[in-house]
Amino acid sequence: MHYTFKIEQGNFTDAGQASSSVKRTMKQLGVRPENIKRTVVALFEAEINAVAHAYGGQIDVDIDGEKIVMVVADKGPGIPNIDLAMQEGYSTASPQVREMGYGAGMGLPNIKKNTDDLKIDTTVGVGTTVTMTVYLNN
Amino acid sequence: MKLSEIIEKLNLKCLNEANLDADITNAYSSDLLSDVMGNARSGQLWITMQTHKNVTAIAALKDIPAIIIVRNGVPDDDMLEHAKEEDICILVSSEAAFPVCGKLYELIK
Ligand SMILES: Nc1ncnc2c1ncn2[C@@H]1O[C@H](COP(=O)(O)OP(=O)(O)OP(=O)(O)O)[C@@H](O)[C@H]1O
Ligand SMILES: [Mg+2]
Repeated sequence: MHYTFKIEQGNFTDAGQASSSVKRTMKQLGVRPENIKRTVVALFEAEINAVAHAYGGQIDVDIDGEKIVMVVADKGPGIPNIDLAMQEGYSTASPQVREMGYGAGMGLPNIKKNTDDLKIDTTVGVGTTVTMTVYLNN
Repeated sequence: MKLSEIIEKLNLKCLNEANLDADITNAYSSDLLSDVMGNARSGQLWITMQTHKNVTAIAALKDIPAIIIVRNGVPDDDMLEHAKEEDICILVSSEAAFPVCGKLYELIK
């Protein structure tokens, strides 16, 4: 099954709708709660990053019996130093974004912890594509 | 302890009634949303001063039955609306996080 969601720049209000819809689908498919929890944490964090740090983009989700693959692709500034960005506590979030409670620098580490596979393709000045895989039958 | 009993004992204002019979055995206190996303567990009560719609989005994703907003914080309209859709109990305390956490800890630990 394939699902697509649009991400609008700066639209925090609708952030989480993709994760919420994916959660519903996984429940209907009878996926183990543990794997649903891991999936929605990762997807929400990636979605928020595309809203907070980039200029919007698109989420593509593929679910089969074995795994869920989530691709969050944004147009944006890219990530100049991925190792640094992956460190807990590192954040370039704007003051407005911090006021909302984001900017702890925990999103990417959360994604890493909750997925079985994480790939970040990024080009400075162009955008970032985060590909996350969670295996469903472990 | 039942959520309804906690509401009474902590003298909380209830802005959206939901999950009043839920048995609350633990809570998480944080205003950093990725901290909650990464570390809160389902069934926990969430204590925060954040009042926007991403709070209920996270609560719904994490199966958090109730949120206590501290220091008389006022939830945004769309947060309250979303709480109704997702059946999340929205509570308000006049006190700050420290006394709220301390009292709740005494009650349920
Ligand atoms: N899609 C993206 N585009 C550009 N930069 C990004 C993107 N995602 C992450 N980053 C960079 O990596 C940093 C760390 O991201 P991470 O999600 O770990 O923390 P954060 O978003 O700053 O805070 P938190 O997720 O805790 O609210 C960000 O501050 C930003 O500099
Ligand atoms: Mg983030």
